[in-house]
Amino acid sequence: MSTENTLEHKITKADFDGKQEYTITVYAENRIGLLNRIAIIFSKRKINIESLNTSPSEIDGIHRFNIVIHEGYEVVRKLARQIEKQIEVLKVYFNTNEEIIWQELALYKVSTDEIAEKVTVERLLRQYGASAVVIRKDYTVFAVTGHREETDALVKALEPYELIEFVRSARVAIIKDSAGFHEKLKEFEAFEPREELVENEFLEKGEKIFTM
Amino acid sequence: METAQETIQQTEAKAETSKTFKGTGSQVLLNGLIEEGVTTIFGYPGGAIMPIYDALYDYADKLEHILVRHEQGGIHAAQGFARASGEVGVVFATSGPGATNLVTGLADAQIDSTPLVCITGQVFAHLLGTDAFQETDVINITTPVTKWNYQVTDAKEIQEVLAKAFYIAKSGRPGPVLIDITKNAQLQLEEFPEYVKCNHIRSYRPKPKVRIEYIEQAAELINSAKKPFILFGQGVVLGKAEEEFKAFINKTGIPAAWTIMGEGAIPTSHPLNVGMLGMHGNYGPNVLTNECDVLIAIGMRFDDRVTGRLDKYAKQAKVVHLDIDPAEIDKNVKAEVGVWGDCKETLPLLTNLVNESKHEEWLAKFRQYNQEEIDQVITPELYPTGDEMTMGEVLRNINEICGGDAIIVTDVGQHQMVACRYAKFNNTRSNITSGGLGTMGFGLPAAIGAKYGAPDKTVIAIIGDGGFQMTPQELGTIMQFGAAVKILILNNRFLGMVRQWQQLFHDKRYSFVNITSPDFVALAKSYYIEASKVDERANLREALETMINHEGSYLLEVMVGRENNVFPMVPQGMSVSEIRLK
Repeated sequence: MSTENTLEHKITKADFDGKQEYTITVYAENRIGLLNRIAIIFSKRKINIESLNTSPSEIDGIHRFNIVIHEGYEVVRKLARQIEKQIEVLKVYFNTNEEIIWQELALYKVSTDEIAEKVTVERLLRQYGASAVVIRKDYTVFAVTGHREETDALVKALEPYELIEFVRSARVAIIKDSAGFHEKLKEFEAFEPREELVENEFLEKGEKIFTM
Repeated sequence: METAQETIQQTEAKAETSKTFKGTGSQVLLNGLIEEGVTTIFGYPGGAIMPIYDALYDYADKLEHILVRHEQGGIHAAQGFARASGEVGVVFATSGPGATNLVTGLADAQIDSTPLVCITGQVFAHLLGTDAFQETDVINITTPVTKWNYQVTDAKEIQEVLAKAFYIAKSGRPGPVLIDITKNAQLQLEEFPEYVKCNHIRSYRPKPKVRIEYIEQAAELINSAKKPFILFGQGVVLGKAEEEFKAFINKTGIPAAWTIMGEGAIPTSHPLNVGMLGMHGNYGPNVLTNECDVLIAIGMRFDDRVTGRLDKYAKQAKVVHLDIDPAEIDKNVKAEVGVWGDCKETLPLLTNLVNESKHEEWLAKFRQYNQEEIDQVITPELYPTGDEMTMGEVLRNINEICGGDAIIVTDVGQHQMVACRYAKFNNTRSNITSGGLGTMGFGLPAAIGAKYGAPDKTVIAIIGDGGFQMTPQELGTIMQFGAAVKILILNNRFLGMVRQWQQLFHDKRYSFVNITSPDFVALAKSYYIEASKVDERANLREALETMINHEGSYLLEVMVGRENNVFPMVPQGMSVSEIRLK
């Protein structure tokens, strides 16, 4: 079973080179107050959450949190265990950016006159992968979906033309090697799990775990 | 309010012959408590919990309710009850201030893994968020200090939530659970199904399947060790694995030292019991932590008061860590082998695989250090030659009178360290102290609870003059309900532990540690509790015997030396091997 734990982060040297972005994926019951219970695990340690998204998951009734933080591996590993310890949390994964497919959505509101006069809108759309969501006489709203650099690039491009409003969503991420969580869930629901259910996958890594 | 009264009056509370029950949310809650085996509740009524108290009126023959004098006293009493009995402690409190007064006890129970179920009343559901009278956001206030909490707004939820609460509180690594019940749910009339206990929550796995490969790896390390050393904590007690633990050390012959939360899991007199770990622990266990080759941690969490400076802690040793909570493994000290599981299950498996052994030479080293400590610290403390009495000699006298069979409940400070160091214990669940949170004011109410949890035992509350003044109101609880608690105040007219630090690390700048006390004897007597005071060694033994042999509760104040220090000591920020004997 351990070789099938493909959802899990593979430890590399980069983990010990300092802080980097980690995306934490939490599978949990959909319960009032759980968001707070998870959020205070970060704030208790004075760790800033860069981005947080809650959404339904592939499984009916199970919620999925995507939390992005900029931290070292040791810290993330401990956080993940603390989160997984919460009664209503089923499973926690954490991954580096290389291990996930992720997107953020950004909306840009600009003056229609300004943009029509000074920019080739067609080029803008093509170059930045933007789409026009609304075109009104007074303003136009563009949308871009992508990584941070891509959404930031359009902010830069639009700056000279009076960006009236800008907003970016939290990150949503899917783990690349995903075998899915379905099978696991069935095991969780069973009173007596099968022998192969690896309940504490962190312990698999004995020799690879960094020393304090 | 009229409608509330009407609803209560409409309620007939007759258990029908069928398995359903028609009644109010309050009644079904109390029925549920009885189903869970609850006999004793510590609580304090108030507006938002009145329907539950109204129902309780008819349950006097099944549920004993102890009216405390403050909700903090109530929750500490429930903690004492849980720690002495091994059962879940139950607390009732009203909304608002009643609930916020529980917070210190919740934090204490959370960090010391004490199973509690707290029921708080809450304003009517339709008033939530309106800043109603005595409304406070109890769920959010208590989230960081509970293992789980839940707000009930509909009586139909009560049975399931209560069953979950008990299951969560006592399974896995135990902890406090809080259920906040709005007044409308307490009053709500329903036909309820039969109560069903909870034994599974899909998102919660309290007792994992033990992975045999880790047991094998641990056994291999232990078998190869020349100087193995065991550290054990409260996990052994919480897992009710004292016998399994004894079997393990008896077979391996490995010296074992305890955290203050684990004290008493094996008798003080056990030949492999080498003493206390940590800041004021024994000399040998601290120094030899940095000399052992395999460190076997069982049900303990490497608290900073145990480890001292972490980057100089047992660096030479390979660590085997047995714990039920995976978040504890590798949290502070990196484990070579982490054995995740209930030690009740893992210890026998490990015992099967380890070699029978004796570590005579290695044990002799502990005895050597112990002799040094006896000469330099222990003898002067237990048999002082000066005029002033020491806390240690009081403890020695208690040991001689009780022979190690009493339950010792302590508060927090110097007297706590002295009690943990010198009290003798023959039995488990006999040392009840606020370990992780260090809550002054814990001692008196916890002792009351301990007496209810273990009514046949002598319960002695050892408390400093500072800590006693934090929760003295619970003398009223003793007065009214008669818990035969022996209260021993060790009065040094200082906040002793802080004073000790100020002396050692702040150039004797005694900043606000000079505390005055009321006439404790008169105070006790005003509550109709027998009391006396000793300020001379000549009267000490007799006074202690009088206290312990007295039929009911008794308060004894002993005047001890003002500026005595607790040694040995690992100064903060130093390594355990840099422990000072003076």
